[in-house]
Amino acid sequence: MTNKQTGATEEAACETVWAAEKVSWIDRLPRAVTMFLVLLVFLSVWQLVYALKLISHIILPSPFATIEEIVTVGLNLLTGDYMLKALWTTAQEVLIGFMIAVVLGFFLGLLVGETDFGERMVMPYLVAINAMPKVAFAPLFVSWLGFGIASKVALAAFVALFPVIVGTAAGIHAADQNARMLFRTIGASRWQTLTMLKLPTGMPHFFTGLKNAAVLAVVGAVVGEFLGGGKGFGELIRIAASMINTPRVFALIIYLSLLGLGTFGIVLWLQRKLIFWHKETITTEELFE
Amino acid sequence: MTMENTLSSLPAGLEGRPVFELRGVSKTYKRRNVHALEKIDLRLTEGSFWAVIGSSGCGKSTLLKIMTGLLSPSEGSVMLSGKPVTGPRRDIGMMFQQPTLFPWRTAVENVVLPIEIRDGKKAALEKHKDAKALLDLVGLKGFEQVYPNELSGGMAQRVAICRMLITEPAVLLLDEPFSALDELSRDFMDMELQRICKERNATTFLVTHSIPEAVILSDMVSVMSPRPGRIAATVTIDLPRPRTLEMMTEPRFAAYVKQIRELLDKGAFL
Repeated sequence: MTNKQTGATEEAACETVWAAEKVSWIDRLPRAVTMFLVLLVFLSVWQLVYALKLISHIILPSPFATIEEIVTVGLNLLTGDYMLKALWTTAQEVLIGFMIAVVLGFFLGLLVGETDFGERMVMPYLVAINAMPKVAFAPLFVSWLGFGIASKVALAAFVALFPVIVGTAAGIHAADQNARMLFRTIGASRWQTLTMLKLPTGMPHFFTGLKNAAVLAVVGAVVGEFLGGGKGFGELIRIAASMINTPRVFALIIYLSLLGLGTFGIVLWLQRKLIFWHKETITTEELFE
Repeated sequence: MTMENTLSSLPAGLEGRPVFELRGVSKTYKRRNVHALEKIDLRLTEGSFWAVIGSSGCGKSTLLKIMTGLLSPSEGSVMLSGKPVTGPRRDIGMMFQQPTLFPWRTAVENVVLPIEIRDGKKAALEKHKDAKALLDLVGLKGFEQVYPNELSGGMAQRVAICRMLITEPAVLLLDEPFSALDELSRDFMDMELQRICKERNATTFLVTHSIPEAVILSDMVSVMSPRPGRIAATVTIDLPRPRTLEMMTEPRFAAYVKQIRELLDKGAFL
């Protein structure tokens, strides 16, 4: 083989590499289109299952009936009818519960993460309580705080509390050895080390906790409503289910998930503002755009 | 080429005012019953550069902690500028293997961090001008408002140098400062460090794993041996200043490296 020939084969090899670097068709479609396609496939399968009567129509309504209900419920919400009031009730429970969880969780996390007393004496109890199925406390909260909003707020806060504690405590421990040593050699006080090093370093952990808490607060509020009645969205779902109005149950769940997405969104927005410097924050940002 | 096991005969030009003095410093961790350091004697004169080389676990980090006042020695005394070191001192600047910059602060804000901790936000703001001058000195003009995650490893380490210098410390303690950098950046940073030290007449104590780095930068290189950590030998590096990277190819340089290598090999089996 002459040199020229070797060159030619190399060129050919290069060309094959180029050819292999084809962009797959999924990457070439706009994201909205692919997402819509998945939804379309899902709805088609659903319609097929419905049409073939594979599952009782009481359990699985037709996708059209469900979409119709989504529109009905949506209109009811838009006109500010009783459903909007119910959603507002649940939203209040979620938001107040969430805020209680954030404040209380932050201070408990601080206690556990920063002080020896907290780590040695309080931590074991928190671990034990965290291992309990927290929604099982719902009947207790109802009997203590009544059928009003308070019992749901309490359950939402209780369920959402632990991720905040864990996030805060983990965040406080996140600062590395060198950074701590640097602060010590500079002569920083404990308060300065906490506020200028440990808390900022721990922000990403704290926000991970907040995001989990935002979703769990909705769980807490709705379970509270299932078991303790009241005027919230959970109650609407319970009534619809007891009337075997399955399409409505589906529609209500979808609107309820918007509430979870809303709180999650607020936390995400705050995270972007506060920890712009954190790489993973930026990636999640891209993920949601 | 001379090798001294005692520090009685210092080379000419190094007989200046002692800045940092360690006399018979020993450290035993009582709880774990570990004898970490054994009778360390060091005498850093003003403007001198001293390097310590040793294998891992030879007590270097214990020594550094004692020098910064984070640990108290079991025996012996540590004097800095004529006063005993009993706690964190303002006149010590420290640097680590990692830049340890804080990503929520811009380069200039990272540099003034020690001022902010010691004298508050207002004093730190007033130092912004000095900080910018320092960043300029290390070749980071125009990067003042950049956040650390946009800086390369070498640039970040240069910001760390500025943060160390902003308090105008009498002594610089460097804990393997460039060992995370690639070979080329490392050589470059070594020369930068030499220039900065000379410009500010800084007294410098360097802990390193690299024999060439120790030789090219230092007036004195001490070899530490482990368990318990002690100074096995000290070599005076009698190369003219300013040092250049070309000197690394000279036979004198190679002879120093060989000598220290042999001392290290001997020390490891003691």
